[in-house]
Amino acid sequence: MADFILNWLVVSPAFAVPFALAALGLIVAEKSGVLFLGAEGFMLVGAMTGAGALITMGGHPLLALLVAMLAAALVSLIFAFLVVVLRVDQIIAGLSMVFLCQGLTSLISTQQGWTNRPISGLDPIALWPLSELPILGRLLFHQDAVFYATIAIFVAFHWISNRSLLGLRLKAVGENPDAADAAGVSVALYRFGAVLCGAALIGLAGAYLSVGVAKIWVDGMAGGRGWIAIALVIFARWQPWRALAGAVLFGCIEALIPRIAAAGIQVPQYFMLMTPYVATLAVMIWAALLRSPRTGQPAALGTPFVREERR
Amino acid sequence: MTSALELSGISKSFDGFRAIAAADLEVRSGEVHALLGENGAGKSSLMNIVAGLYAPDEGSIRVQGRPVRIAGPLDARRLGIGMVHQHYKLVKSFSALENILLANPKGGFARGRAAIDTALARLADRIGFTVDLTKPVGALSIAEQQRVEILKMLVGGARLLILDEPTAVLTDMEAERLLALLRHLASEGAAVILVTHKLGDVMRHADRLTVMRNGKTIATASPGTLNAGELTKLVVGTTTTECAVPAQNVGGPVLSLTGVSSGGNGRRETLSDVTMRICSGEIYGLAGVGGNGQTELAEILMGVVTTASGRITLEDAVDITDATPKTRRARGLAVIPADRHSYGLAGELSIADNYAIGDVYSGKYGGVLRMKSSAAQTAAGAAVAAHDVQGVRSLAHKAALLSGGNAQKLVIAREFAGAPRVILAHSPSRGLDVRAAAAVHARLRAARDGGAGILLISEDLDEILLLADRIGVMSSGRLVAEFAAPADRQAVGEAMVSHG
Repeated sequence: MADFILNWLVVSPAFAVPFALAALGLIVAEKSGVLFLGAEGFMLVGAMTGAGALITMGGHPLLALLVAMLAAALVSLIFAFLVVVLRVDQIIAGLSMVFLCQGLTSLISTQQGWTNRPISGLDPIALWPLSELPILGRLLFHQDAVFYATIAIFVAFHWISNRSLLGLRLKAVGENPDAADAAGVSVALYRFGAVLCGAALIGLAGAYLSVGVAKIWVDGMAGGRGWIAIALVIFARWQPWRALAGAVLFGCIEALIPRIAAAGIQVPQYFMLMTPYVATLAVMIWAALLRSPRTGQPAALGTPFVREERR
Repeated sequence: MTSALELSGISKSFDGFRAIAAADLEVRSGEVHALLGENGAGKSSLMNIVAGLYAPDEGSIRVQGRPVRIAGPLDARRLGIGMVHQHYKLVKSFSALENILLANPKGGFARGRAAIDTALARLADRIGFTVDLTKPVGALSIAEQQRVEILKMLVGGARLLILDEPTAVLTDMEAERLLALLRHLASEGAAVILVTHKLGDVMRHADRLTVMRNGKTIATASPGTLNAGELTKLVVGTTTTECAVPAQNVGGPVLSLTGVSSGGNGRRETLSDVTMRICSGEIYGLAGVGGNGQTELAEILMGVVTTASGRITLEDAVDITDATPKTRRARGLAVIPADRHSYGLAGELSIADNYAIGDVYSGKYGGVLRMKSSAAQTAAGAAVAAHDVQGVRSLAHKAALLSGGNAQKLVIAREFAGAPRVILAHSPSRGLDVRAAAAVHARLRAARDGGAGILLISEDLDEILLLADRIGVMSSGRLVAEFAAPADRQAVGEAMVSHG
């Protein structure tokens, strides 16, 4: 039994990382007040570009991850242009991006013959001597580079968000764009930047799925993780550390599914796949029952900014 | 003395509507300069140009004698111009310190915070107040939020302070304190522009004043040379004095309340045992200090809150105690709500839609499946013209763009369209200037003389005494006294506070 739990926990980080990165990407974008529903699509872009870059260019897998981030950021320019410049409805624009990316990734990968081609992936890096610690060593200090990077990115975001003018302005743009504008902050610039950075992180999350975990690209391989990340952000009330905790929880659940089946325990897998959404619903119901106005949601989320005309 | 600010020939149009037409303004260092005018006269727009939020179409701006171009809020700040807007530009979830830092980001996050701390300590000595720097601004009172705005400007080194309607949301005492502070800042050499429509503030605290009307600057003078009547005439254009006109044909009751109480189901009882009768052809004025059950009474009559006990009947004893708002409207009840932006109008919808929605069930504007927008446009156009709603650039425009007085005229146009038998008017002239209020009052009198019964709920005793044929006084949810017009102001006032 102890072996079962240890083996389960050791693989869990690999499942938690995509959730964590995608959720953080969403938080970055949404702190600026842009409702970002396209996560699933940008994960697919990242996953496909990562695999494609590795197949066509070779080189170190980390390079492929970088290319994937750039590609996702590039595609998100369309979304940013739609919602920031043209002020299109953010829900519709976000959903359109998902379907656009689904079609686009299938089309390109089939044309280029990238589908179902095994690729070399990331290797774990042992952080000696910490990796020699009992249990914890295997769990936390014998993982791949993206795992360590994820933790670094979270720490960096925490610092930027709470200890820098950049973070202060980002939050102001999402909470009260009128006030930010009057303070001389360019709302459009910050929203553009937040969408691009957010999309890059989500692209990294997607690329980690193909390059880091599965070591293969198949159509639609994000498999709804982008949607779970959106639920996770609501669940975490837009707090990065809570999102990380949620990602670990959901990652553990996902890692458990094949293991339970392998152990011969009869639990419908769809029930397990449903649990993240049930957890999110429960949190939303709990927040509603508390009647607390503080859902943590940026006050201007989803509203386009127009400098106020005469009222 | 040098001019802190000199505007000449400033014009600005919004969608073809000329909001400011060749306005001139000269403000000196060391003075409190009042900018006076009615709602929609263009005061705020002109000041938004100075603050860098709007770009002028024409005209030139000089600051301290030098010609400048203000392309954005940052330019304005660099020139030492700070504006406290009517709706504060504060991030509610941020602390005061974070809000001040956002507007004055000098030297990075940590050093910026330290610099602001020391700047605030120095300021506190100079101006004699400070604010809680750590609490979220949303948890502070309105007066404290205003102080944060002023501190924000002063920390930024503003030498020209613009305050847009700063006393509108303050109590008398808070307003006095604010005006004293502005005087003090002016005595230290700053220039202060006070945008307002309160003549009293101007007469007592301004060194000079400039009057705006219809987007133009009409005159500049010092308050000492004018009396209140002359000033009013400058602002409004003509002097209008309203006088009471008693009712002629009072008929039978059109609205009766018998023992109406609210609350129940564990909710607090805010209305207890209210019995009153409103007859056709009269205005019944309900006076009282705010928060004594008037709002609950209005909500019960509108049908958005249910009664705990008692009966409400219309003409011919038609019982509407449990009727839905829709049935009440169909039976001839019209409502002018106190909060016209939440209950009176849908700000995001067009003016035409806002007008048509009052009568959608008649089939006049099409059925469930098809809407005759042309019919709505025609009807709204006629009503807008008949009720003199100003500032309508197009019927397809958002209703939120109308100024207060014109928004109220639109509500009245819609509510009075069906020749209602009973009219509930809740604070109908709140926030309106003299002329718009007079127009609203004239409409109410006309409806009364047409045979409607009107319940006028107002906290403004002057309005009640001017309009009402009978006066009731509410205190702690009870109807405590009734008077017939002309009533003694003293007696009504005493009844308002005696049972508190």
